[in-house]
Amino acid sequence: MASTAIPRLTSPLPIRGATHKIHVTINDVPFDFMVEDRTLLVHFLRDALGMTGTHIGCDTTHCGACTVLLDDVPVKSCTVLAVQADGRKVRTVEGLESGGKLHPVQEGFTTEHGLHCGYCTPGMMMTSVALLAKNPNPTEEEIRRAISGNLCRCTGYVNIVKAIQHAAKASGGGK
Amino acid sequence: MTEVIPPEFEYHAPGSVDEAIGLLQNSGEAKVLAGGQSLLPLMKLRLAAPKTLVDITRIPKLSYVNETTDCLCLGATTKINDLNDSALIRNRYPLLADAAQHIADPLVRNMGTVGGNVCHGDPGNDLPACMLAYGASYVVRGPKGNRTIPAQGFYQDTFVTSLDPSEILVEVQVPKAQPGDGGAYLKMERKVSDFAIAAVAVQLRTDSRGTVNQAGIALTNVGPTVLLASQAAGQLTTKKPTNADILAAGKLAAEAAQPNSDLRGPAEFKRGVVQTLTQRAVKLALWRAGGMS
Ligand SMILES: Cc1cc2nc3c(=O)[nH]c(=O)nc-3n(C[C@H](O)[C@H](O)[C@H](O)COP(=O)(O)OP(=O)(O)OC[C@H]3O[C@@H](n4cnc5c(N)ncnc54)[C@H](O)[C@@H]3O)c2cc1C
Ligand code: FES
Ligand code: FES
Repeated sequence: MASTAIPRLTSPLPIRGATHKIHVTINDVPFDFMVEDRTLLVHFLRDALGMTGTHIGCDTTHCGACTVLLDDVPVKSCTVLAVQADGRKVRTVEGLESGGKLHPVQEGFTTEHGLHCGYCTPGMMMTSVALLAKNPNPTEEEIRRAISGNLCRCTGYVNIVKAIQHAAKASGGGK
Repeated sequence: MTEVIPPEFEYHAPGSVDEAIGLLQNSGEAKVLAGGQSLLPLMKLRLAAPKTLVDITRIPKLSYVNETTDCLCLGATTKINDLNDSALIRNRYPLLADAAQHIADPLVRNMGTVGGNVCHGDPGNDLPACMLAYGASYVVRGPKGNRTIPAQGFYQDTFVTSLDPSEILVEVQVPKAQPGDGGAYLKMERKVSDFAIAAVAVQLRTDSRGTVNQAGIALTNVGPTVLLASQAAGQLTTKKPTNADILAAGKLAAEAAQPNSDLRGPAEFKRGVVQTLTQRAVKLALWRAGGMS
């Protein structure tokens, strides 16, 4: 992805209201953009940048499919304005793999079958990455608490927990 | 797919509280934006349509958890998860620690703020009951300067507080924990991230013989606002509460509740939940009061 993107307005509706210029670093790449003030971070990522890895599930702050890291902290990007991310770092699922190598969390989800339909997976993985950064050695209870804001309608969570434990072990932690 | 986006507004990110107050005063239909976890969902559903949002989270020195000589001071933009990360709160303010763990879900708690939770005025918010039970105060600043409002007079009706539209809550002051204090927050919820079916905050101050000198009991999501159950609290004070007192306090709390039947259950069920949770929370608070030296 080019490091100097052309400023583009991002609302899925015609721009009607006030706009702001924002500077955001997304997966280590800095961007300067004009956004309408009411543009949500998830729409900015998906519609302006074409980064559709971040999913929209409920659009009402309930499911966590839209989870991204804002300054390393997992948040629901359907309930954050793009202008709130001005001057900050955003990490999305597209930023996990590096140099053709999957992130340990991605390895974990693959190896332990941590997904069925995959809809919740990007959000679930971003939450997992943040958990392991803060607590490299989580107990099952701590894992279950950490992912309690991310809903999965397929797996029953058992394999998701195993996937995160797998990633913890692969990264040197793991209980 | 149709996308759910808020109606148009102008966003401002002032660098000081006074600048923020100026913006609130001089722009029509302006609202404070903190974590946005209550306000943005309302705007997306078009249940709220402010013309101006004043983001206070970029104002320096408004996010902190400090204990001074007489209070625990919480800055308005302190994140709810900052309470969960604080050893001071875990060790000395168990009522607050219980509640903060059960607000919404971890992702919402990473954005949602203490100030937003106490100012929103939703009877389902969990921190207001804690603040009533503690006898906490809110420091608010407006065009005419600072004033301090006791939490107990703050909640007037659903989504209606005694805050003026151009005032900003800057700090929550909780009386400093003393040896012999004990508190507990018990919440019954259908699932993670749901508001309470009912929840009960209990805060007790005991002396070295176990006599309760002060008690605060408050109820979440069983009325138009958070409710103080003063008679229930009165049942426990000036004595060492017996089992009969604790049972009576539960009954009095259930009588103080004003629940509606809704998707979280019939009113009578909710009264029963209040009764049981009150009894359990009082026992837990007494036990903790004995343990905190
Ligand atoms: C899925 C979901 C589940 C939830 N479950 C719970 C729950 O179980 N318990 C619970 O307590 N809450 C719950 N919430 C609400 C969440 O905790 C609140 O959004 C949060 O506490 C409010 O804080 P905020 O910083 O996000 O406020 P905002 O949404 O930014 O603001 C809320 C209101 O307060 C005003 N305001 C904010 N800060 C100030 C200030 N300093 N001075 C004056 N006015 C101010 C705003 O103008 C607005 O009217 C839930 C939210 C979601 C989305
Ligand atoms: S799409 Fe954001 S929480 Fe469901
Ligand atoms: S894998 Fe389908 S929702 Fe989680």
